[in-house]
Amino acid sequence: MQQDRIRNFSIIAHIDHGKSTLADRILELTDTVSGRQMRDQVLDSMELERERGITIKAQAVRVAWKGHQLNLIDTPGHVDFTYEVSRSLQACDGAMLVVDAGQGVEAQTVANAYLAIDNDLELLPVVNKIDLPQADPERAAQELADLIGGDAGDVVRISAKTGQGVEAVLDAVIERVPPPSGAADAPPRALIFDSSYDQYRGVVAFVRIVDGSFRQRERLLAMAEGTRFEAEELGFFSPTMQASGTLGAGEVGYVITGLKDVSRLRVGDTLTSVERPATEALPGYKDVKPMVFAGLFPTDSDDYPDLRDALEKLKLNDASLFYEPETSQALGFGFRCGFLGLLHMEIVRERLEREFDLDLLVTAPNVAYRVLTKDGREVEVHNPAEMPSEIERVDEPYIRASIIVPKEYVGPVMELCTERRGRFDHMEYLSEQRAVLIYELPLAEVVVDFYDQLKSRTRGYASFDYDIVGFREGDLVRLDVLIAGEPVDALSLILHRDSAYGRGRALVDKLREEIPRQLFDVPVQAAIGSRVIARETIKAKRKDVLAKCYGGDITRKRKLLERQKAGKRRMKQVGAVEVPQEAFLAVLNLQGSK
Amino acid sequence: MSGGVRHLYVHLPFCGHRCGYCDFVTVVGRRGQHERYVDALLAELELEAGLLAPHLETVFLGGGTPTFTEPAALRRLLRRMPRADEVTVEANPETVTPALARMLRDEGVTRVSLGAQSFQPHLLAVLERHARPEHVRTAFYHLRDAGFDNISLDLIYGIPGQGPAELHADIDEALSLGAEHLSCYELEAKRGTRFAHAHGAELARQAEAMEDYFEAVVGRLTAAGYRWYETANFCRAAETAGGRDLRSRHNLAYWLGRDYLGIGIGAVSTVAALRWRNTPRLPGYLSAVGSDASPPREVEELSVDVRGRERVMLGLRLDDPFLINGDEHLVDREALERLLRLGLVTRVGDELTLSSRGRLLGGGVTAELLA
Repeated sequence: MQQDRIRNFSIIAHIDHGKSTLADRILELTDTVSGRQMRDQVLDSMELERERGITIKAQAVRVAWKGHQLNLIDTPGHVDFTYEVSRSLQACDGAMLVVDAGQGVEAQTVANAYLAIDNDLELLPVVNKIDLPQADPERAAQELADLIGGDAGDVVRISAKTGQGVEAVLDAVIERVPPPSGAADAPPRALIFDSSYDQYRGVVAFVRIVDGSFRQRERLLAMAEGTRFEAEELGFFSPTMQASGTLGAGEVGYVITGLKDVSRLRVGDTLTSVERPATEALPGYKDVKPMVFAGLFPTDSDDYPDLRDALEKLKLNDASLFYEPETSQALGFGFRCGFLGLLHMEIVRERLEREFDLDLLVTAPNVAYRVLTKDGREVEVHNPAEMPSEIERVDEPYIRASIIVPKEYVGPVMELCTERRGRFDHMEYLSEQRAVLIYELPLAEVVVDFYDQLKSRTRGYASFDYDIVGFREGDLVRLDVLIAGEPVDALSLILHRDSAYGRGRALVDKLREEIPRQLFDVPVQAAIGSRVIARETIKAKRKDVLAKCYGGDITRKRKLLERQKAGKRRMKQVGAVEVPQEAFLAVLNLQGSK
Repeated sequence: MSGGVRHLYVHLPFCGHRCGYCDFVTVVGRRGQHERYVDALLAELELEAGLLAPHLETVFLGGGTPTFTEPAALRRLLRRMPRADEVTVEANPETVTPALARMLRDEGVTRVSLGAQSFQPHLLAVLERHARPEHVRTAFYHLRDAGFDNISLDLIYGIPGQGPAELHADIDEALSLGAEHLSCYELEAKRGTRFAHAHGAELARQAEAMEDYFEAVVGRLTAAGYRWYETANFCRAAETAGGRDLRSRHNLAYWLGRDYLGIGIGAVSTVAALRWRNTPRLPGYLSAVGSDASPPREVEELSVDVRGRERVMLGLRLDDPFLINGDEHLVDREALERLLRLGLVTRVGDELTLSSRGRLLGGGVTAELLA
């Protein structure tokens, strides 16, 4: 295909603003799939896909429209995946910015619009759901025009559901999105913007060809990693995999590499030909670092190998997931996992539980801390239990949060942000009704229960997005929980000094409620270093014996005793104290809220 | 041919009324069947005679309410019992007349266990006991008059509605009678009983108060010169009883892990590596034994280890030291060290003894201790 007849674009939208419906309608309108097929092929959940033996999810679908080749590149929609959005956008030349006609611009719309602008994409503003009774297309169009600069009259009004206006959007893609630049006769270069793993075919790279062209069976080189392999198959999704033999400049498609080790082909790397190598790699992506960490432990310690296997499998398709073995005295063997954000953590946890049928204990999430010790060492801490004791200073990650909210909720949102150590930056009005609040907040204050609080204090109307803006010093302490004098590593927290007393008290109270009385007094303490800030005592049991036991009772009593014994084995041992798993769960749940 | 079993239990299931909290094998009324049941007991005894030693140490007639059995039938049964050093019969206060007491004495009964439970009328009503407090006292006097010098009283604490003052009043009454032996049980609402249904919630509520009650029972009785020789059993200490050992020899046999034969419906026997439980159903029992066959039984095989574990579980209920020698592999050494450190157990050579607190926590201690 001639380069000037190619258009690469993506759809960016806030959750539920109709991105998938629009994508489906485009596939249908371009005769890429029939309506029936579409539901079967395109909307399949990951689980269904696996049942059918298709493990590769289309990241880019090629459609034909009025003599042009349009490549629709998928982007994840959530704040945690900003990084992934940005790398998908790098494969595009334009983007539809879709806004719900009833909801208007949301925080994610703003964040993604800025991302697209940063990537020099041509933005096509679209107002969707104009068929809905509560739609206010004019207001939404005005908000969009104000956001990206332009005229509300240029905003395309559509209903992805009914199909109204969708043809006009496709026409606009051809008219307004520039064709890919790049030299068709230069040494080949392709950007890997995503990858996936198939157990039979190995690593599959999703690529945007920038210069030159690639042929099947050609020896390829990943320039940064130095990995060489043969292109087993080249092709594109339409919407199923279509082998094409070659991919030329400007095109988007896939390369089956046959590589069995995902780490050998990194997203952001540049592919070139071994025979006709390019001299300079394309600008890559900055390496993304996980910012939120939590310990994952199997409820049943026998499941540890299963958890390890499951994480390995997830990692194949999720390069941003980080994990390393962690041993907790209280919870046994597990993994410390790093996530891009809270949603990412939730998704991983859910997939582990649902797809791999694992029962997990998840510790309270914490962020990455940069610590300068008294003896001048700099360490990054991902686990409160590993916080050094002699600390000169601790820096914690900060975010710049944009919160869009109807004006009557500005007060409650400011209150929440202040409670969470937020620093007000500024506020703008998007329209007469809605404002954008910009705050700087410690990420640690956002990973625990912030989103739920934000939603509940605004009747669900607030939307929220954030960027990491760097590390800053904080007055942070490590709060330890001790049971019978033994620190419980899994319950340690890093938190701001001002909230330590309240949290310590709450933790100790909860544990006193949850830990059954033992054969001896059990002190439960919360401490900062050697200073105890809260203490309770679980008084020893004074009676634990069955009243009667005669000749006819012996078997039953023995079985009771064996059950009692088996029950003890299910307990987690902290020193000599038996702590039921439920107690840990209750405390971890408490830590998961503020 | 003779065996080595020296302890015989005989179950007499008949009762005038089934009390709400009771989960024993009982049969209400059926006066017409008492003679036939005694015939069946004697037939089963004949069948199992080979297991018994030539001379028995103990015979125990339990129930049910053995003294509710038709006197003629009961007398016939007692007459056919093998000779034994200790013969105990359980009795309900309202069934004990001077004539019955004399009959028991005449037929060789050496010990009577009287189901007093409480001396408070309203608490007896909660338990659905038909006896009134004065019945307990008069029954006790009839037994003394008939010459019994070894009487045991059963008391129950933790009855819904029983406050600490009422507990102490019951202990006062029991002490004033001067019984040789006292068994004190916390009321258990066994699952499925009417009682659990009616009072389960109340019992759960008062669970913590039971710690005080148990300590009060042990404290008062030991202060009054009783020996707390088993978790729930007390007898007058030898020094206040002219040197007599007033422990229940029959029950001691259970707690020392000895073999015993049980006959009658629902009765359990443990002999060597086998434990069996007779059918709890009267018709099935009568028809099988009537045709000279063993009654239907549930049989459980007991490994050497299981019997060892039972010996530990039962032995630690006693105040006498437990001789660990030979059962060491059954004990978790680390747990033992921990319990020694906590002062719940003491060890002298091969002998383990639970401290008072250790005995109050006996179930937990045993669960820790067993490997």
